[in-house]
Amino acid sequence: MVENAIVDSDKNASTNRGPKMISENTNVFYGDKQALFDINLEIGQNEVTALIGPSGCGKSTFLRCLNRMNDVIDICRVTGKITLDGDDIYDPALDVVQLRARVGMVFQKPNPFPKSVYDNIAYGPRIHGVGNTKAELDEIVQSSLERASLWNEVKDRLDEPGTGLSGGQQQRLCIARAIAVNPEVILMDEPCSALDPIATAKIEELIDELRMNFTIVIVTHSMQQAARVSQRTAFFHLGELVEVGDTAEIFTNPKDDRTQGYITGRFG
Amino acid sequence: MTDMTTPKAERAATIRRPDLSAARINRRYGAEKRFRAYGLLAIGAAIAMLAILLFSIVSKGYSAFVQTYVQLEVTLTEAEIDPDRTGDPEVIRNANWRKITFESLRAEFPDVKSRSETRQLFGMISGNAPIAVRDYVLDNPDAIGTTASIWVKVSDDIDTFNKGFIDRNLEEDDRRVKDNEIVWFDTLDGQGRVEAKFNTTLFTSGDSREPEQAGVLGAVVGSLLTLIITLVLSFPIGVMAAVYLEEFAPKNRLTDLIEVNINNLAAVPSIVFGLLGLAVFLNFFGLPRSAPVVGGMVLALMTLPTIIIASRAALKAVPPSIREAALGLGASRLQAVTHHVLPLAMPGMLTGTIIGMAQALGETAPLLMIGMVAFIVDIPSGFTDPATVLPVQIFLWADAPQRAFVERTSAAIMVLLTFLVCMNLLAVLLRKRFERRW
Ligand SMILES: Nc1ncnc2c1ncn2[C@@H]1O[C@H](COP(=O)(O)OP(=O)(O)OP(=O)(O)O)[C@@H](O)[C@H]1O
Ligand SMILES: [Mg+2]
Repeated sequence: MVENAIVDSDKNASTNRGPKMISENTNVFYGDKQALFDINLEIGQNEVTALIGPSGCGKSTFLRCLNRMNDVIDICRVTGKITLDGDDIYDPALDVVQLRARVGMVFQKPNPFPKSVYDNIAYGPRIHGVGNTKAELDEIVQSSLERASLWNEVKDRLDEPGTGLSGGQQQRLCIARAIAVNPEVILMDEPCSALDPIATAKIEELIDELRMNFTIVIVTHSMQQAARVSQRTAFFHLGELVEVGDTAEIFTNPKDDRTQGYITGRFG
Repeated sequence: MTDMTTPKAERAATIRRPDLSAARINRRYGAEKRFRAYGLLAIGAAIAMLAILLFSIVSKGYSAFVQTYVQLEVTLTEAEIDPDRTGDPEVIRNANWRKITFESLRAEFPDVKSRSETRQLFGMISGNAPIAVRDYVLDNPDAIGTTASIWVKVSDDIDTFNKGFIDRNLEEDDRRVKDNEIVWFDTLDGQGRVEAKFNTTLFTSGDSREPEQAGVLGAVVGSLLTLIITLVLSFPIGVMAAVYLEEFAPKNRLTDLIEVNINNLAAVPSIVFGLLGLAVFLNFFGLPRSAPVVGGMVLALMTLPTIIIASRAALKAVPPSIREAALGLGASRLQAVTHHVLPLAMPGMLTGTIIGMAQALGETAPLLMIGMVAFIVDIPSGFTDPATVLPVQIFLWADAPQRAFVERTSAAIMVLLTFLVCMNLLAVLLRKRFERRW
């Protein structure tokens, strides 16, 4: 990892680490309708990249391209090239199951399994052969829930169904479930949309902590959140990537008028 | 901001609050009350019809559960039964039990002399009575040499008469029980030697030409064996097909065609499946006639579309977000289906299966084609033994000429309904189990 950082340092000026994922000329179509136009974006290793933009501009669509979640939508077609550590993830030879184990995802709508809280978290480790003993699994479940700052609320009800939790608790459960697998990249689609400020602050802390070992892409509608947690920010508008750069740069000195307009709240 | 003020003010001026007037509210509640009333009416009508149906079946059939017996004083002389005193059951079995039984009956009525009257008298007890006497002696060998009082069944006509279904005030020519038979019966009855007992035969024997000897056990076992084959074939195949079509198959012309055809198959008259079974299973593959295994295969063909359609609907009802959650964690498609989708869809699949099985249980037409309509006395002991099923048994009895089969037909219907209720109960329990798992 250190080697990577040195080799790639001059290739990518905006960050001192090399890109973990690269999107080249990605186009996405839902049937005949094009949702994304020629997206070129580099996602830096051990960085938080924030995707911002008005509703319906294609942030979720792009995020779902990064772990091929769009494969499950029949009408969805992706062209262009997306690489993970230099390997094309749309290569037919690539195993999509392995890809998704390396690139985890927290969905926009909380979608816990209708199983117990415990089983929700333990499911990922189980299918990937991590935590073979009960004690190991217990440990993973507890630490994942603690990191998602949900442990204190659910430690006495691990056997109750995850669907019985409140909306915000479900969201944190889904975060805990995603990090329990320890993927290399975590994609988060508005992870704090249903959380109160305190829980939000805890999740932001978590994201900052995760950055040490993970690469994170986060979609958010909160400018403040993007500014607080991310190193790089990408602004999407009507399916186009308008501007991407260091977060500080984007928020203080945007080059494009549309970015300027969006972050100052004039449209969106 | 300022240029926005005018339209905003305009909008504020034209604001329309909800109409909360009493008349409107009353109309709304009125509509609701009416709708409720219609619903209750519909349920009431359904319950009333069900009640009428059940009442008519039970009121016709309850009498089949009792059987009239008469007590005979049988003189068991050693010379008749076991002249050489061997004590060998084979010898006892071969004694002339008809003669022994009929003599004991004739002894009751010394006045009966003429041939035709004697025949009438003997006709009052079941043709099975000598066997009942024989079995009694085989069980109690010590009774030989004494006079034993043994309860034997009366014939179906006398049984029907005792139950009050034959009016003694009718002209003699119009009733099956003649005047002298009534006199004999009344004599025995007056001595307290006529009794109605629970009709165990109905539940312990197969079919018979004699109503008092006929039972539904053969048909129940036949139905059970047939349904086991049906379930074992149709449930796994149906669920697999539904899972493949719904979760794995690409959506293209071919799968569309398959879907349309499955829906069409569900509407094909069942007798067509019977013809198919006759042509393929019996004539081509040479499987045995009248066998539960073939019946089960034919019914499985008939049930498959129902199960597939219901299972696909159940799979469709599982929210896609569950699949996405599993796939997003790196589960393979098979894992996503078996770990998450199938358990959620299982109750719906079970409902579809039970509907299909209930249909199969009540089916007659396709089984006629493969020979399961034969008159079969023996209780089938395996999947390839000749057998019949409950609905066919009902059909056969409904067609039988004897009056005593009328009540037995209704009784068999009750047994069929009980069978159905048990099956549904099992399905409900299974569903409960699956539902509690999450
Ligand atoms: N499954 C789908 N089928 C068809 N069109 C879709 C589908 N999902 C998204 N789209 C379309 O693609 C475009 C981008 O949608 P996307 O969900 O990526 O927006 P978004 O930026 O995530 O918006 P939001 O902030 O509201 O979540 C929208 O115009 C949407 O209508
Ligand atoms: Mg979105």
